[in-house]
Amino acid sequence: MSAEATGAELQTIVAARLLRDAGSVFIGVGRPGTAAILAREIYNPDLVLVYESGTIGAKPSRVPLSIGDGELAETADTVVSVAEMFNYWIGAGRVQVAFLGAAQIDRHANLNSTVIGDYAHPKTRLPGAGGAPEIAAGCEEVVVIAPHDPRTLVERLDFRTTVGFGDGPGDRERFGYRGRGPSAVVTDLGLLEPDPESKELVLTRVHPGVSVEQARRATGWDLRVAAEPEATEPPDAEELSALRELQAR
Amino acid sequence: MSRRRTPIGGALDLEEAVAELVRDGDAVAIEGFTHLIPFAAAHAIIRQGRRDLTLIRMTPDLVYDQMIGMGCAGKLVFSYGGNPGVGSLHRFRDAVENGWPAPLELEEHSHAGMANRYAAGAARLPCAVMRGYLGTDLPRHTRVEPIVCPFSGEQLVAVLALNPDVAIVHAQEADRQGNVQLWGIPGVQKEAVLAAGRSLVTVERIVERLEPRPGGVIIPGWAIDRVAEAPGGSHPSYSLGVTERDNDFYVAWDGISRDREEFLSWMEANVLSGGTTT
Repeated sequence: MSAEATGAELQTIVAARLLRDAGSVFIGVGRPGTAAILAREIYNPDLVLVYESGTIGAKPSRVPLSIGDGELAETADTVVSVAEMFNYWIGAGRVQVAFLGAAQIDRHANLNSTVIGDYAHPKTRLPGAGGAPEIAAGCEEVVVIAPHDPRTLVERLDFRTTVGFGDGPGDRERFGYRGRGPSAVVTDLGLLEPDPESKELVLTRVHPGVSVEQARRATGWDLRVAAEPEATEPPDAEELSALRELQAR
Repeated sequence: MSRRRTPIGGALDLEEAVAELVRDGDAVAIEGFTHLIPFAAAHAIIRQGRRDLTLIRMTPDLVYDQMIGMGCAGKLVFSYGGNPGVGSLHRFRDAVENGWPAPLELEEHSHAGMANRYAAGAARLPCAVMRGYLGTDLPRHTRVEPIVCPFSGEQLVAVLALNPDVAIVHAQEADRQGNVQLWGIPGVQKEAVLAAGRSLVTVERIVERLEPRPGGVIIPGWAIDRVAEAPGGSHPSYSLGVTERDNDFYVAWDGISRDREEFLSWMEANVLSGGTTT
């Protein structure tokens, strides 16, 4: 087994580490979903996995292709309707952390998953909102997981699907959103966290082998950097082998 | 609302039930959230050549990708148009990006918005109240109204009730009186049936008596217009406890649907010649 983690592996492990002490996490498929399953396996066996399909407390033995895979329903503590999921569980603020992805992110951690280009004449039509807007509104905190490149971390979204911090402090409160909003953006280069005052994303950590300058160049806006950005602790052999074993199942 | 009982003794077959309930220009909700998706009924609609439908569904999935690509739809009301876990719906994208085979009007929401719209429709209320939409670009492309709670003064939004002309859902079982039971991921099927003007439930099997299942959702026969037997009718989706999700097909669809000609020949071979055309 190679000791070197790929950017994708590192990103997944860094995201998983954020769930060490979490009670519950809302996830979809792809890297965020893999990270949460990994966290439940190696750090936090009591972590409650919540999927949009209505499965609460699912215990997948492998990474599902879709949020509707039969194993999620069969192993869940309870399976609820979509209306119940969004009203009684997400809207009511019962889920602690939400992991979300996006095609575009701006400096206030607002997300676009709807369209690239003009809405009426799109360059690329993306799937759309799904559950993201109300998940980001209702869950206690949001972690965004996305590739670090200038096409993803953009100065201006083509469409604002999901509110992170809107145009800045006070917007979430004005919209009646009760969760605290995004707490981190995990990329394959480092970690961005919102400034407590301005709510603008700040580079607080870089992954092994990544320079601050590299992260800045890969960002579509003039990225602010913490006074002393930390270095991400490299994945240890146990984390890496657990992730690779999970993905091979 | 007048509802007829649906004794299974004289059950219509699927093609007849679809022909009776679905007309050109209807607003049709074919529901099933990643599970129990009524593909067989959708294929009957395609074979019957229905046109100008308003297709309503939270997750268009492969089922609406096929209907859009075959020219059944004039408008799509939805909240997530992707191939779950795989990527794009290429027929949906081709319709939106290039107007092929016909331009497709969009009305898009969030999942919470759609679920609440169905729930309001089932309750025959004009709207549902929720937190959301504010600060996003969605309200510019759909009907959402900010409202203030008359009791607490809280900022909320109202979304319009959804009352489709027809709802079609799939379930594991019905008994001979037309009572239906589904279990596993329940999605918004019950809400869709109760919100619609007419309803069809296709089932894997007809049983003498429904055995209660953990988490089972029962829809009484008197609240449903038609029940039709369609074994395997949710493939490549699945019916928990009866069939398994065909994940390989969801992956394969990415290749089949990417090219217009390949898509059309697949539909010709697997759907158009796969049943009787009314």
